[in-house]
Amino acid sequence: MESTPKLLKILDVITLVLFLIAVWMVLFYAPTEAVMGNVQRVFYFHVAAGWVGMLGFLVAAVVGILYLRSGRREYDIIGVAAVEIGIVFVFINIVSGSIWARPIWNTWWTWDPRLTTATVMELIYAAYLLLRQGIEEADRRARFGAVYVLLGFISVPLTFLSARLFRTIHPIVIGTNQPGSQGQFDMAPKMLQAFLFSLFTFTVIFVDVLWHRVRIGKFAEKIEERKLRLGEEQRS
Amino acid sequence: MMTEDEQIAYEKFSSPLTSLKLYLRAILAVLGKDITAEMRSRELLSSMFVFALLVILIFNFALELDISTRLTVTAGVLWVTFAFAGTLGLNRSMASEKDRACLDGLLLAPVDRSAIYFGKMLGNLIFMLLVEMIVLPIYSLLYNTNLFSIGFLAVVMLGSIGYVTVGTLLATMAVQTRTRDVMLPILLFPVTIPLLIAAVKGSMGFLQGLEMDAIRPWLNLLVSYDIIFLALALMVFDYLVEE
Amino acid sequence: MVKVHGLVKRFGLKTVLRNIDLTVKQGEFVAILGPNGAGKSTLLRILATLSRPNVGYVEIAGYQLPSQAAYVRQHLGVVTHFPLLYGDLTAEENLRFYGRMYHISHLTERVSDVLQLVGLYSRRRDLVRTYSRGMQQRLAIGRAILHDPSVILFDEPYTGLDQEACDMLDSLLLNVATQGHTIIMTSHDLWRVAELASRFEILTNGKIVASAEKKDLPATYLLDFYRQAIQEI
Repeated sequence: MESTPKLLKILDVITLVLFLIAVWMVLFYAPTEAVMGNVQRVFYFHVAAGWVGMLGFLVAAVVGILYLRSGRREYDIIGVAAVEIGIVFVFINIVSGSIWARPIWNTWWTWDPRLTTATVMELIYAAYLLLRQGIEEADRRARFGAVYVLLGFISVPLTFLSARLFRTIHPIVIGTNQPGSQGQFDMAPKMLQAFLFSLFTFTVIFVDVLWHRVRIGKFAEKIEERKLRLGEEQRS
Repeated sequence: MMTEDEQIAYEKFSSPLTSLKLYLRAILAVLGKDITAEMRSRELLSSMFVFALLVILIFNFALELDISTRLTVTAGVLWVTFAFAGTLGLNRSMASEKDRACLDGLLLAPVDRSAIYFGKMLGNLIFMLLVEMIVLPIYSLLYNTNLFSIGFLAVVMLGSIGYVTVGTLLATMAVQTRTRDVMLPILLFPVTIPLLIAAVKGSMGFLQGLEMDAIRPWLNLLVSYDIIFLALALMVFDYLVEE
Repeated sequence: MVKVHGLVKRFGLKTVLRNIDLTVKQGEFVAILGPNGAGKSTLLRILATLSRPNVGYVEIAGYQLPSQAAYVRQHLGVVTHFPLLYGDLTAEENLRFYGRMYHISHLTERVSDVLQLVGLYSRRRDLVRTYSRGMQQRLAIGRAILHDPSVILFDEPYTGLDQEACDMLDSLLLNVATQGHTIIMTSHDLWRVAELASRFEILTNGKIVASAEKKDLPATYLLDFYRQAIQEI
């Protein structure tokens, strides 16, 4: 088995350093928010994790289309990797959101559009993993997976829209202010810096983890290939 | 070099108008076949119908559908019923093609694969609407609720179209998996959530006699959902049936 | 009629067909023989346009696969070990349904002609569900020849049939074969196809390893020929 490529090793180190800096920025560099206090610091990684989750699902949808057009198995391997990472990061996003919501909204959970959409998204991609588990033949698994990822990805904005038609209490930090949302705040310059840095760091984490996961996928395929060859040799 | 017969066959396909006619005829053939078979066995309709009644019965005890709650939960109860019963029908309809490899027979025909999708989808739609047309008067009788307004029926129609559009596609997928009986609802429900929300809110709006302005967004959402997923289904159906 | 060149089919990582070359002339009856898992059904499914090859050139009745699949299907009849019929429809309804899918003109006459040919006219109003396996298979042949295809593919048509049904199928096949159709049949039953086929191709492990015209190969030698071909691998 090939050893880890040098570039990936370097990326691992960069990711770790960036992450440590991001933690420092979030905990010490950014000022404490006046109304909410320290719990507001959850916000930086909360949004960054949500962003990475969406990025994962976007990547999965794009490679899904590429797979259907070309039939190349690499795209399928990237697709599963992206979905798995997406699921984990959306989960982090949901949990960190709950931690923040407990003191601010006075509840762990509400059926606000974003929470609803995040939950439905997790269910869609869990269904995707179950679907793949139920199909033995590799090509069909990849094809069905690609089609389902596409369907799911398109239904997500519609889910958001439909949930949004119920009024929202989720704060919108970026963009227009909406009346009725609780926990709104304006970002101080240092907060904005910490926020953008977190976004950047998490994107790098995404690339790093995706790379590792795709490598594992390729190794798994190689093992399958060797098993097949061994079986054939034994038969003849 | 073509023989005369081949020339005729070739021309059959080359003119756009006749090829459209042949396309529609193939859709109707698939639809007609499903209806004839169903009228004979009544397997699908009777199981959907009995299942729908059972769901309503369970809701009756779970929610105590008294007059005050009825107005707010009727739409929800009905759509949950339709969605569950619909899943049953969708699964059965595709399984009957897959079980004895009849799907291969359809795929061997010299028609565009989307004609097969449309035929199956229309059949499923008709069966679902039939069940709804029996369930609605019964519900209305049992709970003394007037369900028959044009707006309400339009929502039922739009919701059912969207549901079978995605449902036929995912049932085609589900019957080709190892765990096919449980697969369909798992695949179908999360993707149809926006449709179901819009259908519930839209029908509730009509039942409660809300202003059209309050209902219109839901109708728009239903129509958009139907169009988007119908287009998508046409694009991806081939990938689900071809190896 | 049928030209296959350099055909490769993989399922996932597994290669099922390796570099198949096959040419079948009009009116030939080719039997593809081989053990289970040799790739016979896969080859036939590719010819039937149900499965796409990964690599290779396939031409049937002058049309190329997969780009002209719709034209190929118009000229193709397929019989598999599944009858591809609907149990809740009568024989007549089944044929009428397929007739519509193939855009057949004068459908009523054609359907009754075919039902007579396969000897099921008297039971045309019975549900296919009530048919015996042999009758279903005869109707399946009726379904496959309904649109008068120039090429007919048979994939293990004898599976699950009793002796009598097999014999009946034989005579029906001979009848069909003498009408100038090009026929390709897979089987692992040598004796059945020994009489019918005009050429034998031995397929094992995804490769065609031997081929012989019947006129060069007395029936008594077929088994030896087959065994030898398979053992050479």
